[in-house]
Amino acid sequence: MRIMAVWCPDWPVVAALADEGLPTHLPAAVFSANIVCACNAAARAAGVRRGMRRRDAQSRCPELQVHGVNPDRDARAFEPVLAAVEEIRPGVAPLRPGLLALPAPARFHGGEATGAAILAERLVAHGVWDCRFGVADELFTAEQAARRAERQDCHVVAPGESAQFLRALPVDVVDDSDAGRDAVSLMKRLGLRTLGDLADLSATDVRDRFGAHVAWVHRVVGGAGAAPLATRTPPPELSCHVDFEPPLDNAETISFSVRQTADRFVAGLARQGLVCTEVLVEARCEGEAEPASSRVWLHPRWFSAADLVDRLHWQLQGAMNGPGRAGDVRAPVDRVRFEPVTVVPDAVHADGLWGGTDERVERGIARVQGMLGHEAVVRPVLQGGRAPRDRQALVPWGERPTGLRPTGPPWPGSIPPPAPARVLATPWAAEMVGPAGHAVDVDERGGVTSEPARFRPSPGDGWQPVGAWAGPWPVEELWWESRATGVPRRVARFQVVGVDGRAWLMTWDSGVWWTEAAYD
Amino acid sequence: MASTSDTIAQLRSRMAGMQDGMPRLPLETHPALAGLVQLRAGGSYAVDSASLALALLAGPSAAGGWCAVVGIPDFGVEAARVLGVDLDRTVLVPDPGDRWLEVTAALADVVTVVLVRTQGRVPERVAERLGARLRKRSAALVAQERSAGDWPRAEVRLTTREPAWSGIGEGHGHLRARRLLVEARRGSAPPRRGALWFPAADQTYRRADPVAAVAEVEVAS
Repeated sequence: MRIMAVWCPDWPVVAALADEGLPTHLPAAVFSANIVCACNAAARAAGVRRGMRRRDAQSRCPELQVHGVNPDRDARAFEPVLAAVEEIRPGVAPLRPGLLALPAPARFHGGEATGAAILAERLVAHGVWDCRFGVADELFTAEQAARRAERQDCHVVAPGESAQFLRALPVDVVDDSDAGRDAVSLMKRLGLRTLGDLADLSATDVRDRFGAHVAWVHRVVGGAGAAPLATRTPPPELSCHVDFEPPLDNAETISFSVRQTADRFVAGLARQGLVCTEVLVEARCEGEAEPASSRVWLHPRWFSAADLVDRLHWQLQGAMNGPGRAGDVRAPVDRVRFEPVTVVPDAVHADGLWGGTDERVERGIARVQGMLGHEAVVRPVLQGGRAPRDRQALVPWGERPTGLRPTGPPWPGSIPPPAPARVLATPWAAEMVGPAGHAVDVDERGGVTSEPARFRPSPGDGWQPVGAWAGPWPVEELWWESRATGVPRRVARFQVVGVDGRAWLMTWDSGVWWTEAAYD
Repeated sequence: MASTSDTIAQLRSRMAGMQDGMPRLPLETHPALAGLVQLRAGGSYAVDSASLALALLAGPSAAGGWCAVVGIPDFGVEAARVLGVDLDRTVLVPDPGDRWLEVTAALADVVTVVLVRTQGRVPERVAERLGARLRKRSAALVAQERSAGDWPRAEVRLTTREPAWSGIGEGHGHLRARRLLVEARRGSAPPRRGALWFPAADQTYRRADPVAAVAEVEVAS
């Protein structure tokens, strides 16, 4: 059987650049422990080499982009390449990220070179510009042929000519491991320049002198040692979709119609021994290519079929009825798709032998969510900030909080403790007057125009005299927001205690008073 | 005689637990409120101050129970955290609208203590039905009243009086500590009073006087 090797050079660099969405023509290198372990052609042109220290590499190429080594990222980025090749020719054997082998495409694709061209076209469509192909009788030769091919081209070693091809190669091709590097150095010092020189030695001598790896190469050059490919089974397709004909325009009808699909989705995962904790739900409108509504949902435990239907219902209700929101569903829906984002083995979430209180709580909360909608039940979390309202956030139950400010660093300008027990979600319009009955203002130097004498925290409350007050504490974070008049916005905070002993946190915002929080 | 007084105290605590005809478990209560009020599963408690309501939540929450907060859009998360409420086991329904009763009942099924803010006077019948649900599910309810007497049939009614802030003056300093008088009324029994630092200058919440839980006779006004 003829073997084809597909080689994507400098794969760690390609994967790192793709991961960060950076252009590929800039010099970049991947470092492990400050040593270059891969670099791209632009970096090589500037003199960067594998095994170079970082400071040397950067002195030769100051604009070099530095990325850390991450084998997981390399493997993850290689997965779409495997899938793309698999679509054309199944039986792919991934050798390592950046290198794969497959049975060479033959008559069906019009020959080996034509088959390679078809694969190259597919890979370039996936954004992998630099892919090289080699075809030979066995794997080692095919890999070496691919390394000698031009970009997007195929180097074919004719049947039976492997030995001749290999004999001409320099011994450096063996240096793909640490043991190999030592052996190459030794062979060069012993005067062995090509694999042909190596092949002329006796097998016993080679094994005794250079170790098992070179002995294997020796056998291959001699025409033996071909190994069968360890081909992989394509991973199972876990996402499910349902098409509606005719398209549906009612959230209830759609939710009812996806019930079987949701069952199939959960059952498909269960067959693999998995449950889904994070799912992407997409709804596509009639006549559109992109989904009109797409959202990732999290579940504190895992999604059952009924949970999926609920999430879809909430999502569609929001997208169909929400006024003027982005991603609105404005036309009838003709496809709904569930895609698992995170799956975990179901053993992780198996019920305990005696059940658990937390599960009971989750069910109760789910009931309330069913009554009022997903967003109505929230979880309080703390975050960093200056105003009391900025220091807290309410996250819908079951969702992961994102974009929180860190609480760790000090927040100069925050209100000193104690924290107010009531933090108003929307501030109340307040009023504050001085002894003469004029509204109190803050001047440009941060002082008050008159002593606060009487105030009312909200329009519904009565006026009362000020018992004690502190401030103004200017807020140095909103001055760039100018008001409609073009005057820069100035904000200052006050703590005010009424004669009844109740304390309030009030804000003066360019002439308007607000109540922000109450120390109730 | 020590043994006699011990026996009497024991019998009293057993009687207190059986007042509604069935024995009821005491719930963990914030140490600052010890002697004033003891939370019991199935009871409802009325308070008139947000920080006092948070303190009532803090006891069961710190002991590992779940809390639910219904109808309080201005929940002070940081203050709750400082008082000892475990935020990981707290569920908020800030705006239940007119379905607050169903939401409260649903949450009372699963959590240890529910905090509700009343929007007006709650009918006697509603409070009674919810009370039965609470006793069945062994949950406690804390009602933060907008005006006194909104929640009928509260087992203990806590009111605050004479809050006095220190650390703040005429344009200088900042709020630092508050001394508060709390009065706990339980049915027709004489009220218990206590002075609390809520909070004290070191941001702890504790009793201001060592023991002030001596019952006084209140002249009805």
